[in-house]
Amino acid sequence: MSILLRAEDISISFGGIKAVSGVSLAVERGEILSIIGPNGAGKTTFFNIISGLYLPSQGRVMLKDEDVTGRPPEMLARRGLCRTFQNLQVFFGMSALENVMAGRHRHERTSALSHILGLRCVGRENARSAAEAREKLDFVGLADLAERSAGGLSYGALKRLEIARALASEPELLLLDEPAAGCNGTETAQISEIIRKIAGAGITVVLVEHDMKLVMRISDRILVLEQGRSLCLGPPSVVRGDSRVQAAYLGQHGTREAHVA
Amino acid sequence: MLNRMLRSRYLPAFLMLAAMLALPYVLPSTYYLRVASMVFVFALAAMGLNLLLGLAGQVSLGHAGFMGVGAYAVAIGPTHLGVPAIPSALAGVALSCLLAYLMGRPILKLKGYYLAVATLGCGLLISMVLTNEAQWTGGPDGMGVPRLVLFDAPVRGVQTWYYVCGVALVIGMVLAINLTFSPTGRALRAIRDSEVAARVVGIDVARQKLFVFVLSAAYAAVAGSLLAFVNGHITPDSTSGFLRSIELITMVVLGGTGAVLGPVAGAAILVILPQALTVFHDYEHMILGLVMMACMIALRQGLVPALTARFRERTA
Ligand SMILES: Nc1ncnc2c1ncn2[C@@H]1O[C@H](COP(=O)(O)OP(=O)(O)OP(=O)(O)O)[C@@H](O)[C@H]1O
Ligand SMILES: [Mg+2]
Repeated sequence: MSILLRAEDISISFGGIKAVSGVSLAVERGEILSIIGPNGAGKTTFFNIISGLYLPSQGRVMLKDEDVTGRPPEMLARRGLCRTFQNLQVFFGMSALENVMAGRHRHERTSALSHILGLRCVGRENARSAAEAREKLDFVGLADLAERSAGGLSYGALKRLEIARALASEPELLLLDEPAAGCNGTETAQISEIIRKIAGAGITVVLVEHDMKLVMRISDRILVLEQGRSLCLGPPSVVRGDSRVQAAYLGQHGTREAHVA
Repeated sequence: MLNRMLRSRYLPAFLMLAAMLALPYVLPSTYYLRVASMVFVFALAAMGLNLLLGLAGQVSLGHAGFMGVGAYAVAIGPTHLGVPAIPSALAGVALSCLLAYLMGRPILKLKGYYLAVATLGCGLLISMVLTNEAQWTGGPDGMGVPRLVLFDAPVRGVQTWYYVCGVALVIGMVLAINLTFSPTGRALRAIRDSEVAARVVGIDVARQKLFVFVLSAAYAAVAGSLLAFVNGHITPDSTSGFLRSIELITMVVLGGTGAVLGPVAGAAILVILPQALTVFHDYEHMILGLVMMACMIALRQGLVPALTARFRERTA
């Protein structure tokens, strides 16, 4: 199997707090890799580094064997990396469909001048983007809400809308930061199914999630972070049985949930 | 046909065109046509600013500066350089775009009130140059604008300029509508709603912001040239002054950033109301201020979006 993303010895600190220190990770093409860890472990910060939002103070990020450390996110998007956010980052002033159409941006080819002049090619491109966007909305089960304003959607729907928008950019690697956070049981099951379908479509997924049942069920491998350090990396069965992980993170409650799953 | 027009995204432009063609038959004298021309001119500038403010969510407190460039281009070109008015106007638009490009590159990285203050600086800078280069611009007293000559015939008459300004506004409106519903329009709205989400789907935020800033400067420059032709005399304050910039922002916000007709409504209020309120002498500005405050309190999204929302509620 080939390595899609390689993070080497990544560190970053914020005013003395080492949010991430010395974390390395190689993501294989086609796998679902989950990152878990207690609140403040540095999971989101790690995502922010590999998606180009933060510059690490140490370490390298390699995407498809190219050093992309410090490259801005828009450039990484063009190389096939997209992500969703833990705290919703939805375009609230647009319809659900337009949100996902915005995700098609890197595939849209007409010039800004043709946009102002309203040339025919723009109409055709809009139609193409809309069709692709509808397909993605259908994929996450939001086809019926396409014309609705994003501001009027439920929290669970917005979480899926973000996934549809990311998918619209046709990524090879998709980073999902707590896609099921704040969702009820039914919604979590839907998200779980969506992630499986994404992986089934050949897209590599890195997932940050607190819902242990979800993580244990769908992950190929799991990375455990604690206080910015990498604690353990392996398949669910190994991580579940690791005593350090149990002590540091899962605790009594989590262990029980993990075994149930 | 009518049904198709009513549902078209170009409906505001149709309405504007109809209003422009109808008004001369309703207005009692050429004085009112002059006022209407002023409304069109400022609506055009405000519409450009609305692309920046309403579409992309970026503020400019110095936008009248670009109006000043357009206005002085059509005065200085024919007067000092022997360049005919139309090429001068085009040069003014080009210069305005160039200035916006050069100043926009560093300052559009700023956000919120930092951007506000930086753009304020841009406007002041342009206004200052226009005031100080007296041998070219006539200084604070301003200068006369030579009459536009087309095919050896001078363009004269309030009515002519009324139609020119009106057509310019309708065209500006159509272009703005085109942009809004294009990939660039979606990218700009995405930037307005969440910059970080825009970036991760591959939108080059810096480039898009610069593009819309330059475009809005072009709108302002065209409006400035028209203002100069209509008035026949320009000063730094009346074209590029700080108060003009504030007026433009007020028009956009008052009329509503969420609608293409918003800036037109805002321009109409800010141009017409002071004229109508002259009967109140000393209290003119106070009443204008009160009207503005009342509008913002009662219709928070601005005049046009709030009214259309109410209209839709009633018809639904
Ligand atoms: N921009 C920032 N500035 C300062 N400190 C930050 C910043 N981002 C993260 N931190 C700090 O870094 C540490 C890791 O935060 P991070 O958000 O990565 O945790 P997390 O594992 O995602 O937690 P959660 O499960 O709550 O989402 C925390 O102590 C946080 O306060
Ligand atoms: Mg987090």
